[in-house]
Amino acid sequence: MTIDPIHQFQVQRYVELLHVSGVSFSFTNSAAFMVGIVAIIFFFLTFATRGRTLVPGRMQSVAEMSYEFIAKMVRDSAGTQGMVFFPFVFSLFMFVFVANVIGIIPYTFTVTAHIVVTAVLALLVMGTVVVYGFFKHGTHFLKLFVPSGVPSFLLPFIVVIEVVSFLSRPISLSLRLFANMLAGHIALKVFAFFVVGLASAGVAGMFGAVLPFAMIVALTAMEVLVAILQAYVFAVLTSIYLNDAVHPGH
Amino acid sequence: MTKISKLTLSVALNACVLLGSTVLAVAAGADGHGEGGFPPFDVRHFFSQIVWLLLTFGALYFLMSRVTLPRIGRILEERHDRIARDLEEASQRRAESEAAQAAYEKALVEARGKANTIAGEARNRLSAESETNRKSLEATLATRLEEAERRIEATKTQALSHVRGIAVDTAQAIVSALVGTQPSTGDVEGAVDKALAAKPAA
Repeated sequence: MTIDPIHQFQVQRYVELLHVSGVSFSFTNSAAFMVGIVAIIFFFLTFATRGRTLVPGRMQSVAEMSYEFIAKMVRDSAGTQGMVFFPFVFSLFMFVFVANVIGIIPYTFTVTAHIVVTAVLALLVMGTVVVYGFFKHGTHFLKLFVPSGVPSFLLPFIVVIEVVSFLSRPISLSLRLFANMLAGHIALKVFAFFVVGLASAGVAGMFGAVLPFAMIVALTAMEVLVAILQAYVFAVLTSIYLNDAVHPGH
Repeated sequence: MTKISKLTLSVALNACVLLGSTVLAVAAGADGHGEGGFPPFDVRHFFSQIVWLLLTFGALYFLMSRVTLPRIGRILEERHDRIARDLEEASQRRAESEAAQAAYEKALVEARGKANTIAGEARNRLSAESETNRKSLEATLATRLEEAERRIEATKTQALSHVRGIAVDTAQAIVSALVGTQPSTGDVEGAVDKALAAKPAA
């Protein structure tokens, strides 16, 4: 095996389902993990709430806490009207969270370390903001780019800035998650290769390998933090952006 | 529910837009990149990933919004209702117990008042009775005293009336013993009466 810290991100085609003029549609390891993530989320939450007990057990508490956590997040950011997006934000958070956490396990594939995945998620968010905003408020939605109380001579600049900031949202939203996942996993792999390299260099090397190994332990702990934090950040920013769809007038 | 369906519509619209634009983008850029690039930027796998992401995320969204979240929401709501109901019942019970306490205290006060009244009545009755007894006794005593006084007076008067007779007899006897002649009863009576009048009885 060659030293290749980006091998872990390789998409492998398991079954090619369709191939039309250079575009292929296949069942890949990425797809398998996505299906697995959805299955884990659904079956865990269903299993955890199977008792529907009045006094929750441990698992039911986890399910209820995640529910209340996201519900509070959406309500705080987007208000009560924003609660229409609660299932959407909840799905997003759970998907990103489980994808990130699963990715920390060695030999797994990190779905969210692919920019196309995070970009689609981010575009889904922004697309929802735009579509729902126009659907609900019509042209009034454009007020989002025209803040009130701004001197008229500044208004054109402000509008340009608002538009640019709006357009940069999906980019920052997707890049943040993608870069965090990618960088963390590459760092982990690099240190893992140090361990292997040093350990194969003799007895002294074996002792030396303890250092990068300790580093892996520390980095893994940090990756767990990052995985949870990035899922949280993604969900919070989503709620804040969705607030624009509900209340475009600020 | 209409809000949910609106949202579902917007998400679905979104997905179509995304998918369409990506197909075009990928088709245009498919030839540009060869094998063995940086995997996350490997355009050849973009289409599959997007489609699978939309499928799986769509399924997740459907399952969450239709099955899981209503289920958890119902559990939370039931608990919330139960707690509210229990609290309400508890406050009701407390009000009941407070009412019972108040009733008990009221009864206690009433009973105490009644007892006081009865005791007062009894005391009044007894003192009135004893007063009557005392008065009747006093009246009897006064009557008897009066009678006794009257009797004493009568006896005294009688005794006094006898004094004159004795004095007359005695004087007649003394005179006859000294003088040797029997004075007439009329003279002696006159002398005694004179002496009595001169020296009133002490």
